[in-house]
Amino acid sequence: MGLTLGVVAAAGLSLLVGIQPVTPADVVLALTAPAGRPADAVVLHLRVPRTAAGLLAGAGLGLAGAVAQGLTRNPLAGPEVLGVNGGAALAGVVAIALVGVGPLGGYVWFCFAGAALALGAVLAIASAGRDGATPVKIAMAGAAVSALLFSLTSAIVLRDHDLFERFRFWLVGSLTRADLPIVLQAVPFLAAGTVLALALTRPLDAAALGDDAARSIGARPALLRGSAIAAVVVLAGTATAVAGPVGFVGLVVPHAARALAGAANVRVLPLSALLGALVLLLADVVGRVVLRPEEVQVGVTAAVLGAPVFLYLLRRRRVGGL
Amino acid sequence: MTATVRAGRVSLRVEPASVLLGAAAWTAAVAVALHAVTVGDYPMPLSTVLDTLAGHGTLLTYDVVVRNRLPRALVALLVGAALGSAGMVLQRIARNPLVSPDVIGVGAGASAGAVVVIVVAGAGATAVAAGALTGAVVASATVYAVAARGAAHRLVLIGIGVTALANAAASFLLTRSDRYAAKQAATWLVGDVAGRSWPDVLTVAAGLAIGAPVVLLLTRHLRLLELGDDVARSLDGRIGAARAALVAAAVALTALATAAAGPIAFVALVAPQIVRRVLGPRSAGVLPAAGVGALVVVSADLAARRLFSPDELPAGVLTAAVGAPVLLYLLVLVSRRSG
Repeated sequence: MGLTLGVVAAAGLSLLVGIQPVTPADVVLALTAPAGRPADAVVLHLRVPRTAAGLLAGAGLGLAGAVAQGLTRNPLAGPEVLGVNGGAALAGVVAIALVGVGPLGGYVWFCFAGAALALGAVLAIASAGRDGATPVKIAMAGAAVSALLFSLTSAIVLRDHDLFERFRFWLVGSLTRADLPIVLQAVPFLAAGTVLALALTRPLDAAALGDDAARSIGARPALLRGSAIAAVVVLAGTATAVAGPVGFVGLVVPHAARALAGAANVRVLPLSALLGALVLLLADVVGRVVLRPEEVQVGVTAAVLGAPVFLYLLRRRRVGGL
Repeated sequence: MTATVRAGRVSLRVEPASVLLGAAAWTAAVAVALHAVTVGDYPMPLSTVLDTLAGHGTLLTYDVVVRNRLPRALVALLVGAALGSAGMVLQRIARNPLVSPDVIGVGAGASAGAVVVIVVAGAGATAVAAGALTGAVVASATVYAVAARGAAHRLVLIGIGVTALANAAASFLLTRSDRYAAKQAATWLVGDVAGRSWPDVLTVAAGLAIGAPVVLLLTRHLRLLELGDDVARSLDGRIGAARAALVAAAVALTALATAAAGPIAFVALVAPQIVRRVLGPRSAGVLPAAGVGALVVVSADLAARRLFSPDELPAGVLTAAVGAPVLLYLLVLVSRRSG
C-alpha cells in the first residue's frame, strides 16, 4: 500500500519536475481542463507520455527480472544479464533502420524475436557443461552475447549520421522520445506479459522446491519454463521498445522486493512491478535535475544507481560457486 | 623440448616451438599489414609502397602511404601486440583463460577515461592517452578492491559490473556532446583503427615501451605464479612484487592500446588462447601471444575494409563477432573441466 502511494508520488514528481517549470496547479488544470496554455502543452505532450512510459517500462523490467530470477533460481538473472535487452535493442534497430518498420506495433515483434533469440542463446550456452547453468556461467554468457550484440548494433547505427542521431539516445536508454501513441501501443503487450507472469506465481513457488517436488504437486516444469521465458521476453522486449535497453532495473529490483516481502513469488512479483516503476521514474527524475539545464538519460542514472548494488550483491552473497 | 641460451650472467630458457610460432605469427602479421598498405581506393603495387617508404615516391603516393595507410597498419599491429601480451600475462597470473583485460573491466575503464577527455576537452593524443590510463587504473583498482582475494570467477563477475558502469559513463557523455563529436566517440567506442595517424602510433608504441620490457624481464616469474600463490611464495619470497609489476604492465599495455584504437574486443582474450591451443598447456610465451594478437587485429581490419566494400566496418565489430563465440566456448570448456 505504501509502495503504491510511493509510485503515485513518483509519477507526480515526474509530471512536475523538468526543464520547463510547472506548478502542481498547472498539472491539475492541464489534466482536467486543458485550454491551450503553454503549461498544458508541456504537461500533456512531454510529461504525461514520459511518465507513462517510465511506469510501463519500469514495471515491465521489474517483473521480467523477478520472473527470470524465480525461474533460474539465480540472483544474477536480470533481463540485461540474460542478453534480453541487448537482443531486443539490436532487433529494434534492424526493424527500424534496415527493414523500415515504423510504429511500435510493428517493431515490437522484432524486439520480441531478438529478445527470445538472445535469451535462448544465453541459456543454452550457460546450461552446457556438467554443472548446468550456474550464476557465473549465466552472467558470463550474457556478457559475451551482449558484447557481440552491442557491436553489431553499433555497426548498423554508425553507418550514417541520421541513423546515429535517431538512435543515440534510445540506445542509452531514454524516456525523452516517448510519445503517447507509442505508450498506448505498448499497453496491451505489457498487460499480456503481466497477466502471464502473475499466473505463474504459484508454479514458480512450486518449482523452487525442485522439478520432482513440483511435478508431484501437479506442476509441469517444461510448460512453466516455456511460459516464464515467454513472459520475460514480452515484458523486457516491450520495455526495451519503449525506453531502450535500460540496465540494472530488472536485476536489482527483485532483490529489493525479496528483502521487503520474503521469497514467496506471490508477493515478490507484484512488488517487483511496483518497485520497478518507482525506481525507473525516480531515476528519470534524478536525471532531469542532477545536471540542470541538461538531462541525463535514464539508462545512465539507472546504471549509476544499479551497478553499485550489483557489486554489493556479488560481495555479500557468495553467489553460487564463488 | 627446451633449449637454454646463455649470454654472460643472463640465461634464457627458450622453447623452440614457442619461438617458431612467434616468428610465424609476426611474419604473417607483417605480411598482412604490407598487403593492407597496398589495397584501397587507390591500389598500388608493393614496389611503389617500398619505393615511397625509401623516399622515392610522388607527393600522392607519399600522402596515401605515409600519412594514411602506414599509421593505420602500424596501429593495428602494435595494438594487437599490446593486447595479446597483456591478455597472456593476466590469464597466466589468474590461471584462468576467462580473465582478460576486456572481460575484467580494464578496457571499458580505459574507454570511459578516453571518452571523458575527447568529449570534455576535445584534446589531442597525449591527453586521450592520459585519460585512458587513468580510467584503466581506476577500473582495475575498483575491481581489485571489490574482489579482494576472491576466486577468478568472482573477478570476472565484478568486471562485468565495472564494465557496465564505465559504459554508462561513456554513453552518458555521448548523449551530451554534439552529433559529430558523438559519432566520432561512438565509432571509437567500438574499437577501430580507421583514420589513425602518427600520434596514435606513438601512443601505443609508448604503451609497448613501458609494458614490454617489464613483461619480458618478468616472464619467467609467470611460470612460478601459475603454481598458485602459496607455492610461488614459498619458492620465492619476492614474488608479490613481480606479480604487481606484471599486472601494472598489463594495465598500461591495455590502456594505451585502447587510447590509440578504442577497446578492440576480445583480442586480449583470443590471442593467448590460440597460442596455448597450438603449443599445448606446457609452454606459452608472451611474444607469440603478441604476434598472434597483431595478426588478429591486422586481419580483422583488412577484412572490415574489404568484405563490405564500399562500406567499412570498425575492426572491433569483426573481432567481437569472432571473439564472443570463443569466450562462450571457453566458458563451456572451463566448466566442463571443473565439473
